[in-house]
Amino acid sequence: MRVGKAMEKRKHDEKDTMGEKNGVIIRVTGPVVEAEGMAGSRMYESVRVGNAGLIGEIIILEGDRATIQVYEETIGVTPGEPVVRTYLPLSVELGPGLIGTMYDGIQRPLEEILKNNGDMIERGSSAPALDRTKKYRFYPLAKSGDTVREGDRIGCVRESVSVNHYILIPPGLSGTLHFIAEQGEYVITDTIAILDTGEEKKELTMIQRWPVRDPRPVRERLDPIEPLLTGQRIIDTLFPLARGGTAAIPGPFGSGKTVVQQQLAKWVNAEIIIYIGCGERGNEMADVLEQFPTLKDPRTGHALSSRMVLIANTSNMPVAAREASVYTGITIAEYYRDMGYHVALMADSTSRWAEAMREISGRLEEMPGEEGYPAYLSSRLADFYERAGRVSLLGSGDHEGSISVIGAVSPPGGDFSEPVTQNTLRIVKVFWALDADLAYQRHFPAINWLMSYSLYSPIAGIWWEEHIGPDFIRMKQEMMEILQRENELEEIIRLVGPETLPESDRLLLLKAEILRESYLMQYAFDEFDTFTGPKKQYRMLKAIFTFFSQAERALETGISVSRLRGLPVIESFARMGTASPEEEDPLFESIARDTDAIRDLKEVL
Amino acid sequence: MTDLRFRTYTGVSKVVGPLMVLDGVEGIGYGEIAEITLPGGEVRIGQVLETTTTRAMVQVFRGTRDLDTEKTQVRFRGEPMKISLSSDMLGRTFDGSARPIDGGGPVIPECIRDIYGSPINPAAREHPRDSIQTGISSIDGMNTLVRGQKLPIFSGAGLPHNLLASQIARQAKVTGQAEKFAVVFAAMGITYEESAFFIREFEESGALERTVLFLNLADDPAIERIITPRLALTTAEYLAFDKGMHVLVVLTDLTNYCEALREIAAAREEVPGRRGYPGYIYTDLASLYERAGRIRGREGSITQIPILTMPDDDITHPVPDLTGYITEGQIVLSRDLHRKGIYPPVDVLPCLSRLMQGGIGPGRTRADHAEVKNQLYSAYARGIRLKSLVAVMGEEGLTSLDRLYIRFCDRFENDFIRQASYEDRSFDDTLTLAWDLLSILPKAELKRISPDFIKMYYHGEEILECKGP
Repeated sequence: MRVGKAMEKRKHDEKDTMGEKNGVIIRVTGPVVEAEGMAGSRMYESVRVGNAGLIGEIIILEGDRATIQVYEETIGVTPGEPVVRTYLPLSVELGPGLIGTMYDGIQRPLEEILKNNGDMIERGSSAPALDRTKKYRFYPLAKSGDTVREGDRIGCVRESVSVNHYILIPPGLSGTLHFIAEQGEYVITDTIAILDTGEEKKELTMIQRWPVRDPRPVRERLDPIEPLLTGQRIIDTLFPLARGGTAAIPGPFGSGKTVVQQQLAKWVNAEIIIYIGCGERGNEMADVLEQFPTLKDPRTGHALSSRMVLIANTSNMPVAAREASVYTGITIAEYYRDMGYHVALMADSTSRWAEAMREISGRLEEMPGEEGYPAYLSSRLADFYERAGRVSLLGSGDHEGSISVIGAVSPPGGDFSEPVTQNTLRIVKVFWALDADLAYQRHFPAINWLMSYSLYSPIAGIWWEEHIGPDFIRMKQEMMEILQRENELEEIIRLVGPETLPESDRLLLLKAEILRESYLMQYAFDEFDTFTGPKKQYRMLKAIFTFFSQAERALETGISVSRLRGLPVIESFARMGTASPEEEDPLFESIARDTDAIRDLKEVL
Repeated sequence: MTDLRFRTYTGVSKVVGPLMVLDGVEGIGYGEIAEITLPGGEVRIGQVLETTTTRAMVQVFRGTRDLDTEKTQVRFRGEPMKISLSSDMLGRTFDGSARPIDGGGPVIPECIRDIYGSPINPAAREHPRDSIQTGISSIDGMNTLVRGQKLPIFSGAGLPHNLLASQIARQAKVTGQAEKFAVVFAAMGITYEESAFFIREFEESGALERTVLFLNLADDPAIERIITPRLALTTAEYLAFDKGMHVLVVLTDLTNYCEALREIAAAREEVPGRRGYPGYIYTDLASLYERAGRIRGREGSITQIPILTMPDDDITHPVPDLTGYITEGQIVLSRDLHRKGIYPPVDVLPCLSRLMQGGIGPGRTRADHAEVKNQLYSAYARGIRLKSLVAVMGEEGLTSLDRLYIRFCDRFENDFIRQASYEDRSFDDTLTLAWDLLSILPKAELKRISPDFIKMYYHGEEILECKGP
């Protein structure tokens, strides 16, 4: 549990007793390097490989030999070159300055690298993850003489217009504050407090390091209790996610995974967004970089980038760093959670991460499991998703934070039976299945309503009924029944043709069509349709279902479905999503009037 | 230590498939280039795939035929594969290892670059936005290509992908801009006839003098295909980012490239992944495809059109599948449309251009473009669904609206998708044609288009009564 502290102590001891001791490379194959003379090193210790000092991590130990995965291109690395130990596990640097920065998979700041090294990422490029020169205004939240324990807030800096960054006592430490800095401007390496732990007087700065593969400790894990609203109608209404929950979006290429992920990043009601582009397209990351700083968050009015950390390890960047990128991301997420924030993490795509594992496993000549993936695939996936959740935090006071994780999955050939999708589904609670057929018809988001599910529906349903409207659960259930029945009817039509259908079934098809085209379909690139708040969602549902009951009554009085289909109100439904806030009231009023007018329709003889 | 690298070794200890192993070597770097002198005096190039303190495994690009274990000499260059670059390469033809085969002399280098390049820093990329007018409605209207995009053509054996690629190369332009334009063409394992077709096309359209050709034909060594596209892309990067040109890179056929990768993996006895392809094929393909794009503050761009033939027309085959996950969309050709005699046989439903959104709209193409595209897609998808119904139970069951959709569907294929191989339609032509088709349908059906545009462009009649069959 207290890894950070233990590692640091060990680094101290070993360096003192043994001095610097280097290994020698004996084999190089792609991103995997073997070295000897490595006795005493530990699993997952971070090392510097070769004359170029490439960053690597020990993944196998055998006697004096270590196998190292290297996070940079290894071309030119030659047997005989040294391997330098760092005595630390692969870690990230945590502190003010994370927000708004774009990192690669091993937390190198890409903008900084761009300034230093030019447009291409050359090997051995490095820069500190956090800006050492920027001054932050520090506000102390404790006084000297206070007894503090791990996780306690001792100070705060304003990291961006949207984020107050709390300085916490690092996990594993407690004691009395011997000194705390006064309010003023400090850089992150300044000592802002001295903690008397009883054994030593420890100087604290605003920087902490944490090994990426270890979850940060919490006091207690809690059950999710409220939905994480996304402004996406099909998600919020039918397949909701909870704060602290986990979701997977599998889908073949072109089914809109990335657009859904980006929509969630933009609109989800979490305070901090971590977006991991894991093995994805460079141009897409450029799009995110260009869009997110200009995009205003409707709740705070500030740019999205003022509360977001971006991790971009595109598909052509080194594969081992891709493997590390999800850990880097979730560790940063945990750090903000520990300050009491609700964090949402998007990983696009976890399949690329799994493939990185497979690739490295292949180079190690490990015995492969299913489809060449290593046998530990499912436990790694589980470890990752288990770092999500709503928790009660360390430290005094009753603080709470959460991490919600949304992982995209890219199944080969769109086949959900493949190992990554299946192993993910065993862990996550929400499944948004993307469907190529819907995408071909340009029905977006292409979430298939028959295959998807959410285990948070009961929690979300209670919330909706309490906060938005009392008949939400009933309408939602009816909606699912209509869509289910439509599917059965389509089977029948395929066999016997549509003319044999009774009028009641035709009405059902009309209902399903309205639900699909006017409610479930949502246009991400439209100014207003891109986000629908819960109140508007309820209003839309209510308008549609009022029409449904009027239509049923009309059918009983002998009005034909094709006549109903021709009513102007149907067209109005299709405009609900794209209506601006000003247009909203008149539109819903006209829908209500038109729906009422159905009463007056007379049977045509 | 470094001087050891230039030592020449004799005594190859093992040769298997495209690989050879040397023992008793020292200080050989991973990825470095080896010059292999055969007993007959021929020199071939190889690359180190694995190195240990005393042993190096080398893949030989022009094949291991005639190698022996006694006399063959190997000299290690101590550096990775490089290529000499110059703007004089325009108009020249090279083989798959960048040796001139047009009778001209060697290239006098303006600079020498590593063919593996380095990844573009995502922070340096500029999001591509300039839409390219290819003059082909099914692409411009439905899946607009953008400068800096990588948009592959998924084809099948016997389909006219070469004709389509050459039409794109010939007609592609950004409207209202006259800029330096170049084509880099890399052939991997295509036949002599196919390559001759491309050369003739480039010649006739006058594009040849702006084209660099790298040809690895079907009878050239398969392993050379590993480096051919990288030579081409390094050249393209030089022309684009050093010389400020807009470079269109045509790579054909990626399926052959992947076969070569598989061959090496098999010879190394690696654990095979799907269909025997190695587990790192995604990463490897990405290292090619991701070399497209634009860089902030630089003039040029690289647009890639990789062509691949799907074995058995199977889009879930690993090569098209992994490609689709990396590229920004795909153009899919259909055998059905080809059989109906429709050129270009673009099956628009599974097609996609991920960068289209940023490249169309007011000031770029036309304000109604996005909505028209969405409406065409949904109407065509509905028409296709109805046609499959008709195939089962005949037309009797259809409503009059259904019949309109079928009419729309037929005209969409015959008028919109179909065009001549020298027909060059502007964005305006394409959108006007689209409105002609949409006007077949009743106004109320155009749910994805805002009323303003309908008022502006729709010219159909309300012929549908609100009566059932």
